[in-house]
This record gives sequence, structure tokens and C-alpha cells, in this order.
Amino acid sequence: MRLFRIRGGVHPNERKDATKDKAIVNLPLSEKLFLPLQQHIGAPSRAIVEVGDVVKKGQLVAKAAGPISAAIHASTSGTIAAIGPHPVPHASGLMGRAVTLIPDGKDEWGETMPPLSDDADPKDIANRVADAGIVGLGGATFPSSVKLNLGERHDLDILLMNGAECEPFLTCDDRLMQEHTDELIQGIRLMARALGVKQTIIAIEKNKPKSAAAMEAATQDDAGIQVVQVPTRYPMGSEKHLVHTLTGRETPARALTADIGVVVHNIATSFAVYEAVKLGRPLVSRVLTISGGAVKEPKNVRTALGTPIKDLINFCGGLTEKPQEILSGGPMMGQPLRSTDIPTVKGMNGVLALTAKDTQRGQTHACIRCGTCVSVCPVGLMPLEVMRNIQNDQLDAAVDTGLMDCIACGSCSFACPSNIPLVQNMHYAKGHLTAQQRTQHRNEEAKRLAEDKIRRVEKEAAERKAMMEKKKAAAAAAKAAKEKAAAEAAAKEGGDA
Amino acid sequence: MEFRPFIAGPYTHTSRSTSKIMFWVIVALLPTTVFGLGLYGWPAIYLFLTTILSAALTEAVCLKLAGKPVMSGLSDNSAVLSGWILALALPPWAPWWVGLLGGIIAIGLAKHVFGGLGQNLFNPAMIARIAMVISFPVELTRYVAPRPIFTDSAPGALESFKIFIGSTTLDLDAMSSASVLSHAKSEMSKGISLTDIFGPDFPIMDLLIGNTTGCLGETSAALILLGGLILLTTRVITWHIPVAIIAAILLPASIAHLIDPGRFMSPAVHALAASTLFGAFFIATDLVTSPTTPKGQLIYGAGIGLLIFVIRTWGAYPEGMAFAVLLMNAATPLIDRWVRPRIYGRDLKGRPLPVNKKTKPRPKGKRKSEMTHTTEATKTEEAN
Repeated sequence: MRLFRIRGGVHPNERKDATKDKAIVNLPLSEKLFLPLQQHIGAPSRAIVEVGDVVKKGQLVAKAAGPISAAIHASTSGTIAAIGPHPVPHASGLMGRAVTLIPDGKDEWGETMPPLSDDADPKDIANRVADAGIVGLGGATFPSSVKLNLGERHDLDILLMNGAECEPFLTCDDRLMQEHTDELIQGIRLMARALGVKQTIIAIEKNKPKSAAAMEAATQDDAGIQVVQVPTRYPMGSEKHLVHTLTGRETPARALTADIGVVVHNIATSFAVYEAVKLGRPLVSRVLTISGGAVKEPKNVRTALGTPIKDLINFCGGLTEKPQEILSGGPMMGQPLRSTDIPTVKGMNGVLALTAKDTQRGQTHACIRCGTCVSVCPVGLMPLEVMRNIQNDQLDAAVDTGLMDCIACGSCSFACPSNIPLVQNMHYAKGHLTAQQRTQHRNEEAKRLAEDKIRRVEKEAAERKAMMEKKKAAAAAAKAAKEKAAAEAAAKEGGDA
Repeated sequence: MEFRPFIAGPYTHTSRSTSKIMFWVIVALLPTTVFGLGLYGWPAIYLFLTTILSAALTEAVCLKLAGKPVMSGLSDNSAVLSGWILALALPPWAPWWVGLLGGIIAIGLAKHVFGGLGQNLFNPAMIARIAMVISFPVELTRYVAPRPIFTDSAPGALESFKIFIGSTTLDLDAMSSASVLSHAKSEMSKGISLTDIFGPDFPIMDLLIGNTTGCLGETSAALILLGGLILLTTRVITWHIPVAIIAAILLPASIAHLIDPGRFMSPAVHALAASTLFGAFFIATDLVTSPTTPKGQLIYGAGIGLLIFVIRTWGAYPEGMAFAVLLMNAATPLIDRWVRPRIYGRDLKGRPLPVNKKTKPRPKGKRKSEMTHTTEATKTEEAN
């Protein structure tokens, strides 16, 4: 298959050797599980259980609240102990609402949904995926069912399964592709059916030859599925860039890949789809990589959602030294975790305990305009210029130089020899702009309401005035009529007299 | 819960650093530096050390005055590097104050006045060189023929020091010699044809090896090329600037030489003589003062190359690298503003690409604007 070149990109030290040959192991159940109500992009789910309720594994504990939201199910059987604030993985480091579940140790499935057949109605497949609470498991956590319904409004022809796994350290998708090849392929076929596309491409970075071989062997007889090895270069897993590499189609700015006929799903999502459709099981567990220089025995584990990450780390022999940073996800785009009480969530594909040696954090020096950031930017920005505009507080100029096109991959910050926090500043500027827009929106809304009120008051006043005049006129008319009648009567009386 | 300041990702970093980049430039400079110091002996060594020391001290003083950390500022080696390059671009037997003043002008005037590292518009070493060439034309154009160190023709360490501090009894003017380009320029001004100046026995090999009269570190084309290769393999620079400069000199030079070899120098002399290669690999590629995009670098390099050809052919100065570099430095902000990469998903003007479903992949190397052109052209044809 012909591949198309994309610009930029970097080659971070892969560090995948620590776990790439470690088979997935099941993690024992923790004493307490915490199920955050916000594990997806969109509105937080609405809890439908109460403290004291006894639940079975797979039982719905929170309903999707709106079109972009996802259901949450009990990861094991047990008792609901609390519903309230708990440390959650969020960039702000603030607490979030979570359901606390105390396992009864039996890990007993409740009533599962009936399995669907291979030729099930596409709509049913998408609905099942929604019922199972499946979101994009690559970390973006966008509700998968919404993406499986894209065929309704878009003219789609390709399903692209993203098995690039371009972040350093992470090997959970690599292991999944080797150990659960058949389940993944079944899931992929179901997804293709839901979307109504004939062609499926499975993209795997060249540093995972075993996975590529396994997937290739399993899809040999299927003309509709192609396994393609893509160059090992971060950010190959970026949706738009992966689509471009494989199809040569460029997603226009502010558009979706669906607008050019391609839907991208993470490879791990297809495993969850298989379990939901074929076994009737909702998403209650996931595979993730636990690694990093500070972890004693890095592993790939399958864990119940809601397991505190301290249990994951302890399962891997604990920490050998105090880590400089504990992350959810890979080192390029992962989020820092402020507490080891934070539970695993649907989108968490890795927990990394990184040492100072791993992070290579250095002192920031002056920009020498070497242009490295320009040459590595996969979007074609000139990060040094955007950065200069941000630092001069000229956010409009920053937007003009492409701030909003930044995909936050972090290649610029990674490659900058002067250690300048380029992508971090762009994050800041984007946040600042969003806040500004929100304020502006609020002001406009207030202005609109105020104007509405003025208009309403004026209208009412006018109406009142009109009414008064009408009344006055009526009264005057009545009075005139009365006088006239009196005069007539007097005249009559006079006449009579 | 444990509270600590948040530092956003990425949580990994390349091993490349500013001081490492500077280190590799210095490594790349070593071959031609060692050769030049050996070729011109002790006076050159004194001048070299003085210039670097002057640059480093000026950097320290300026950092102190600006209230910036002195040691961490010095540790990036950028000042040493500026001084080093300046020294290599000076006449090898120039007196002590040339090095001292050069270092002060380069770092104080051309760099810190603009705000320090990364802020200067012009190449510090070239500003210093031009300022001195204009102010002290005699000392800055007095070259000596090679007198390799430890040979009979070379002055000893003590005598050299006297030359260096200007109290020598030797007649320096009698020892002076002309570089290839200035020789050609002065002979041509007497009306002699170039074909007679550069006879058939013209020592082109000497230019390659470097056994000629010239600036301290600019004589050996072969060793400068070696340094250039080091810069390219360590990815401190890309090929764009040097290749554009050399191509932009060679192309017009070849055409002109073919038309009138008596009036226009051969492309080989243009390429090998004086500072062409040194400038192309070490001066024009200065990161701070050159454009950041590959396309911009090609334009910048081509501009330098053309200017060098023009200055050498019609200008008053036999050389031209320094002027050409400074002129194109001035154009760098403009180039960076005009020549920018296309943003993904947008056309060259920054408008989002049209959403037409299932577009066929664009033919490689063909720009959106060209494509619209073609369609417009077809439309006009149809209309006609």
C-alpha cells in the first residue's frame, strides 16, 4: 500500500522494551473501587444507584446524560458505599464525583445483554456499544457509539483502526493485538458493519512487527481488511495524520476525518466492542501498561475500572524511588496524576511513574531561533513565533499564526534544545482564549437579556398607554353619551313642560 | 493529597541542548582552526586567544550589567563561538587591539544591545568585522603569506609577541602579501585581463589545501568542507543555506565566465577562494540570524550567494561575504514572515481547505494555489 508523507514529527526514545514481551495479567480485585461519573468527553453520567444498594457485575450504575455521554457499569459485584467527591484523573487536579463500590469478592455477573449475531442490524450494533458505555479507549474517550453512527450523515468509505501506539512506554495495544487477535478482528468487523464501510485499514507502527504479523495472519482471507505498517514516528497516532499517511486525504481545518470519508477508532476499542456485542458485557475493565523508570516490575495488566492506581503500582512490585511524575497515558501527551488514590478510568491506557532521568527536564534557555520546532511541527506551525505572540500577550496574533490548529502533540517542546515550554504556552493561551470567549459570550447573553427586558418593558408601557387611552376614550365617549342623553332628556322634559 | 506545582507535559525530552549545538560547532571549527594557527604561527595564536577572551569577558560584563546569571549565560558557549568565528575571519597577524575591539563590538554592540542571545538581528562576528574593515582598513587588509609555525620563515614566540603588541622592528609591510581575490581586483584595476592574472599554472590545489594568503581560518577549503560535513551529520545545520549560497555564486559566475573569461573569475576560484565556504557553512548558518524554514533558508542563501557575486564582480571590496550576510540578515524577519509552512488543513493563505467529500489525494508536490490556477486556466480556455 502506498503511504503518504506527513511533515514533522519526532523520535522519542521508545522505552517499550520494559513491557513489550510481558503478557497481559489480571489484577486481583481491590478493597474499594471508585467509579468517576466523568470518564468520557461530554456530560457527566447520572448516578442511578443509591448508597447501600447491592449491585452485580455489569449492572448499570450511572446513565448517559445526553447525546455525548456514556453509561457506567459496576466493575464487580458488591455494595455501593458512597457517592461523592473523590480524586479523579483530571488536568485540574480537583476532585470529581465518583461512586464508591465495595466488592463482595464473588465478582458475580448480573444479567448480561443477549449476544448479537454477525449480521445484526448496524443500528443495533451502535446501540449496543452505547448501552455498554464504550468510549474511545486510546485516551480521547469520545463515546464510540456516536462515532459508529457517523455513517448516517457522512459519506464514509474507510474504517481506520489506530494501532499506531506512538507514545513511548505504552505496549497495551501491542499485547492486545497479539493475545486477542481474533476478538479484535471480530470487533473490527462489527464496527465496519455499523458504519457501513467496505474497506478497513489496521495501521500499526513498524516497531510492532509481531502484532502486525498476527493481525495479518488473521485477516489474510478478508479482502476488506488491510493491515498496514506505518513509519515509527510520533505523532503517527494523531487521527488526521494517520488518515493522511494511509489515504493521502487531508482533513480540512475545523473539519472531521468523517468529512473526508474516514472514521478512526482505537484498536483497543474493538476489543470492548467485541465483548459488548458478542458476549453482552459492558465495559468494566481494560488493559493498560504500568511502566516508567520508578516502577520495579513494569507490566501489562487487565484491571477492573475504578481500581486505585496505587494498587496497580503495588502489583508491579511498588516503586524503586520517588518518581518525579506519575502520569496517566504516555509521556508525550499524558496527564499528571496528583494522587495514587485516583482510580483507573476507561481512557487510561497507561500509568507511568517517571524518574528525573526519564523526564529529562532541563533548565530553560534563550531561544536561539534554531528552527527545530518549525521542522518538527506536524501541523506546519512556527511554534517559536506563536510563542512570541503569546508571551507578548497578543493572543489574536497567536491565533493568526495558527494557535488553534495546534494539536498539542508536544513535539516542539520535546525537541527544543533550549527547553522552552512551547506547547505548554499554547495550552495556556488556548485556555485563556476559551475563558475570554466564555466571558464574552456571557456578556453578550447578559446584554441580549437586558435589551430584551428594555424592549419588553417599553412594549408593556406602550400597551398600557394604549389601554389607558382606549379606556379614556371609552370613558369620554360614555360621558359624552351620558351628557347627550341627559341633555336630550332635559330637552324632552322641557318640551313636555 | 500531595500538592506540588503542576508542570505540563511532555514528560520526556530530546538529549539535544543549546550548549551541545554550540559544542558541535566548535568541534567542526577545529580542523580549519588548528590548520590556520599552524600556518600563520604565534601571532595568529595570540590574536585568536585575545579575540575569544575579549568576547567572553564582554559577555560576562554585559550579563552582569543586565542582571542576568553570568555563569549559566557563559556556559552555553555562544560568546566563545562568536569570538572564535570572528578571529578566524581576521587577518592572521592583526595587532592585539583588533582582537580586543572586535570581541567588544561583536558581543557588546551586535548582541547585547539587542537583548542578548537569540535577540540580535545581525551576525555579531560579521558586524565586528565590517566595523573594523571600515574603521581600520590598513590593519584589516594587511595579510601575510603563510609562515608555518616552527619553520625558519616563522617568527619565534617572543618576536611574534612583539608583532602582536606592535613594537616589532620587522617591516610588516614588506612581509605582506595579497589574497587571491584582492590580487585579482588590484591587477584588474590596472587593466590586466584575468586570463593573464590567473595563468595556466594557477595553483588551484593550494586553494583547496589552504597554503595561501588569507584570513586566519578561511584558507583551507578542504578542512572547511570537513567541518561543514560535521555540522551536517550532527544536524546542527541543514544543507539548505550552504547549498543555496554556493549554487547562487556558481551559477552566475559560470555564465559570466563563459561569456568573458578575461573579465569574470572562474567559478572554481569563486567557490574555493577566501571566505566562500567558511561563510556558507559557518557564518551564514548562524541560527539566530538566519530564517527558520527550509524554504526561507534557500531564499536567504541564494540572496547571499548572488550578493557575493555582485560585490566581488562590480563592488569596491574584493570579498563580500560579510556584507552579503549582513544584508540578508536584515531580510530575515521579512523572509520568516512571508515564507512559512502551510498549516495542515489550510491553504497557503490560511483559509480552511474546502470540505469536498472523498477528495482524491493531491498529486505530490503540487500546491493548492497551482491547482486552482490550472482550473482557472481551463475555465478561461473553455470560455474562449
